[in-house]
Amino acid sequence: MNVFASALGAAAIVLASASGALSARTDLVLGVVLEPPHLDPTAGAAAAIDEIVYANIFEGLTRIGPKGEVLPALAESWEVSDDGKTYTFHLRQNATFHDGTSFDAEDVKFSLERAMAEDSTNAQKVLFSAIESVEVVDAATVRVSLKHPQGSFLYNLGWGDAVIVAPESAEGNKEKPIGTGPFKFQNWARGSSVTIVKNPDYWGEPVALERAEFRFIPDAAASVTALLSGDVQALPNMQAGDALPQIEADSRFKVVIGATEGETILAMNNGKEPLNDLKVRQAISHALNRDEIILGASSGHGVPIGSHFSPANEAYVDLTGLYPHDVEKAKQLLAEAGYPDGFSATLKLPPPNYARQGGEIIASQLREIGIELEIIPMEWAQWLEQVFTNKDYDLTIISHTEPNDINIYAREDYYFNYQNPEFNAVIEELELTADPAKRNELYGQAQRIIAEDAVNGFLFQLPKIGVWDAKLEGLWENSPIQANDLTKVRWTE
Amino acid sequence: MSADMFFMPAPERHFILKALQNRSFLIGLVITAAIALMALISLFWTPYDITRLQVAARMQGLSLSHPFGTDHLGRDILSMIMIGARNSIAVALVAVGIGFGIGVPLGALAAARGGWIDDALMRLNDVVFAFPALISAVMITAVFGPGAVNAIIAIGIFNIPVFARVARAGALSLWPREFVLAARAAGKGRVLITLEHILPNIMSLLLVQATIQFALGVLAEAGLSYLGLGAQPPMPSWGRMLFDAQTRIAVAPHLALFPGLAIVITVLGLNLLGDGLRDVLDPRLRHER
Amino acid sequence: MTAFLAKRLAVGLITLLAASVIVFSVLEILPGDPARIMLGMNASPDALEALRIEMGLDRPILARYLDWLAGMATGDFGRSYTYSSPVLDLVWERLAVSLPLAVFALSLSTLIAIPVGVFSASRRGSAADTITMGAAQVGVAIPNFWFALLLVYVFSVGLRLLPAGGFPGWGESWAQHWQAFKALILPAVALALPQAAILARVTRSAMVEVLGEDYIRTARAKGLPRTQVLWRHALRNAMIPVLTIMGLQLAFLLAGTIIIENVFYLPGLGRLIFQAISQRDLIVVEGVVMLLVASVILINFAVDICYAIVDPRLRAGR
Repeated sequence: MNVFASALGAAAIVLASASGALSARTDLVLGVVLEPPHLDPTAGAAAAIDEIVYANIFEGLTRIGPKGEVLPALAESWEVSDDGKTYTFHLRQNATFHDGTSFDAEDVKFSLERAMAEDSTNAQKVLFSAIESVEVVDAATVRVSLKHPQGSFLYNLGWGDAVIVAPESAEGNKEKPIGTGPFKFQNWARGSSVTIVKNPDYWGEPVALERAEFRFIPDAAASVTALLSGDVQALPNMQAGDALPQIEADSRFKVVIGATEGETILAMNNGKEPLNDLKVRQAISHALNRDEIILGASSGHGVPIGSHFSPANEAYVDLTGLYPHDVEKAKQLLAEAGYPDGFSATLKLPPPNYARQGGEIIASQLREIGIELEIIPMEWAQWLEQVFTNKDYDLTIISHTEPNDINIYAREDYYFNYQNPEFNAVIEELELTADPAKRNELYGQAQRIIAEDAVNGFLFQLPKIGVWDAKLEGLWENSPIQANDLTKVRWTE
Repeated sequence: MSADMFFMPAPERHFILKALQNRSFLIGLVITAAIALMALISLFWTPYDITRLQVAARMQGLSLSHPFGTDHLGRDILSMIMIGARNSIAVALVAVGIGFGIGVPLGALAAARGGWIDDALMRLNDVVFAFPALISAVMITAVFGPGAVNAIIAIGIFNIPVFARVARAGALSLWPREFVLAARAAGKGRVLITLEHILPNIMSLLLVQATIQFALGVLAEAGLSYLGLGAQPPMPSWGRMLFDAQTRIAVAPHLALFPGLAIVITVLGLNLLGDGLRDVLDPRLRHER
Repeated sequence: MTAFLAKRLAVGLITLLAASVIVFSVLEILPGDPARIMLGMNASPDALEALRIEMGLDRPILARYLDWLAGMATGDFGRSYTYSSPVLDLVWERLAVSLPLAVFALSLSTLIAIPVGVFSASRRGSAADTITMGAAQVGVAIPNFWFALLLVYVFSVGLRLLPAGGFPGWGESWAQHWQAFKALILPAVALALPQAAILARVTRSAMVEVLGEDYIRTARAKGLPRTQVLWRHALRNAMIPVLTIMGLQLAFLLAGTIIIENVFYLPGLGRLIFQAISQRDLIVVEGVVMLLVASVILINFAVDICYAIVDPRLRAGR
């Protein structure tokens, strides 16, 4: 009886609120895949943190826009000295932190120095490695001196790891993030969702949404049903590509397929027999059928790549024709390398679908040329330890989602075990070059070198499959960085 | 399994006749035999080679060439189900073997010795029983990595106390019986008595339990595979087939239908077989009927 | 009675201690560095080292075990590495989902199973008995996650009657309570069906046995009404195996719902521990497993007490 009465009461309340909602909605529930470990983007590498707080709660001096461009944020404007080594930033003067403390040059100095410090737990410390010193000129001006010119410096400052925090609240940001952004943190129901609300004291253009909830739905199937049942209104990164036809057929939803910065590769251990042989790597590259891989591992969405570079970038060079799918050629190369009957190797796979399903397809394709792969699926924890840290692997499949990260091929001791002084020289020059045309040319050279060396099997650019309510606008189509920027999101009607 | 029954020291020899009159037993036997046969055939022949993917032919519906359709990587689902049966049976069977092989001697020992050995073994049993089984299985596979062998270990460990309890209870009820007392009076040792008199007489009890644990093992394997902790590709498993089907159920429901049915039918067959066996073998219940 | 309970209690404590050794040592050999997982692929070695020291991972094993044990004894289960909040707080948050779900599923299965079992037993051999027990056989064989999938596609995607998953929190108003309750309906049904099938079978066989006893025949012969004999006399005496199974089922429901929680993405205990294992948040895994072991022991203890209540013979006997 009691249950029944409360059910009636609930129905009445639902009706009342529905009839009252004649003006456009101002609330939004987004489904995201992973729950972040905490909410401080300056103390963790997890993309799940940036996917909630970036541009919404925290802001940096600069920010990255929807097309990957560098935009002003807490720095209104800046000047660069002629030698490219001194940056002078002019700061917003009416910005405040969510706890009421004001934002000024001291906060900038504090944040950058904290990220650079010896005992810093910033996961992208390398972003700040070029900084020599940070100097407060006055409350609204900061001067940053670099050790050497760095072409990507303004871009680096736009990363989530470089956001500005206040000394008063920095320690508590993991649990209760306090930034300068247009949304304030409200609540974190662990295992379930994070809720943010509109910041009425925001310095810039106020946001349209009053309240947004990021709900954690790790399971692909569950996210689809949650969308269909209306529990969530947007899935910025849908995992279940095969369910798309069903959603596309439903006029309530909009499907937007964009690009990410994720180069999905079959990484090879260049330091280990027989993969240290160029001919073997070329043979593998010829054996890969990218169309089949994209169809099976990514439901047919995703642009094939021939090197470690995003096709959306203006410096992109199309190298997909370098190693066309050619089983005979592959077998011949393998024989020339001394493996006429192929060989056995391991393929270690992290959890995402593209890796697990792509792995089965690649194993089947390499079997055609006599290479028997043993598939070893692993959790992230094991993958990070065995493959990434200890380089104990032959082959693996992984999407490198950091933007513009071709320079990882120049890193010493990186898990590819790839060494090429010629390539390193190109990257060094790139570091010191600010001229855009010259930079593009160098990027082109870099792409060509690793493609010719067949360092890895270059598969495809990971798509961003966004699905949301057709009445919703302003969500990002592509993902140049990992973020769910809600500043321009609104309900139409 | 049926061959073993000829060696059963049942008090009455014509129980096979009885068994064949038992409806549960018959249906269960037919289903179980059919699944086992399917698994056996898959060792030599399947309609398609599932290690050669035809990605372009993915998620096809039912047709003459693919009676159960194809999955998200273009594999023939009938072939997957056949090989999956092999995986399910192998995992469950070995897990039962582990439980039986370790649990029965422990239970028999506890019953034969009594005293502190009995106490210690039964406390150990309590500890294992108190652990949440599924979570422990997840931990075990986290330590050793996912795979069929580790699924077997995880399921097998939890079979040990089950068999130990059944064996101990059965043995304890026999020790005070006249024929055992007679054997003791004749100077036979406890081990010999256990081997000669106790074990043969609790074998029917254990066989029924083994059938039940077998069915539970198939279910547990499906659950672990569903979580990605069971057999790994290219070896197909029914649980993972269901997991893969889940996101595609609205587009291609047959992906979820057949593996699910395979699990239900197998478990049903084993349970019916177990029930039938119990009716036929358990003298107490037989008296009541 | 008191001596019996005291002995059970002592045994329970020993079990707990043994369990703590097992849990701690199993987790010690888990591959994967928690600090690396928190900081990710590009973390620098000194940042990793700093975090390891902060987490206390540099200290000897025995010292950490003893600290952990002493902490638990005083109700301090430590802080989660990944969530940086106390383990007990996390557990309480998750219990707000898991406990009601378990109780809901158990009540559902009991409400279905006991009448069905009693009914079947009272009409043993009839067509109705055969059909219900056949249905129960099938119910036992259905994997609950498969059943859950079917429910979601019928009631959420197809009919749009109930949420497909997620848990909005219990909230403050009746409307919010109702929403939260609605989110638990499908998971509870999915969990309850196979359990009800098992329980119905156990109830039936226990009832069949009791109904064959002399005192039931006597009661019937004395002219007591059939239903009264069935429900008052027979069921009470058939309760012991039924209670045993119910205790096992409650223990299973508290921890064994990982798969169902994944299907419905419910923030329950099962998913907390599943995530904690994959993120190597060892302190959470240790704490939750210990609490679950403790609750199994408590449930068994409660079942023992229930035995004594339904069957006075046991009270005197032991």
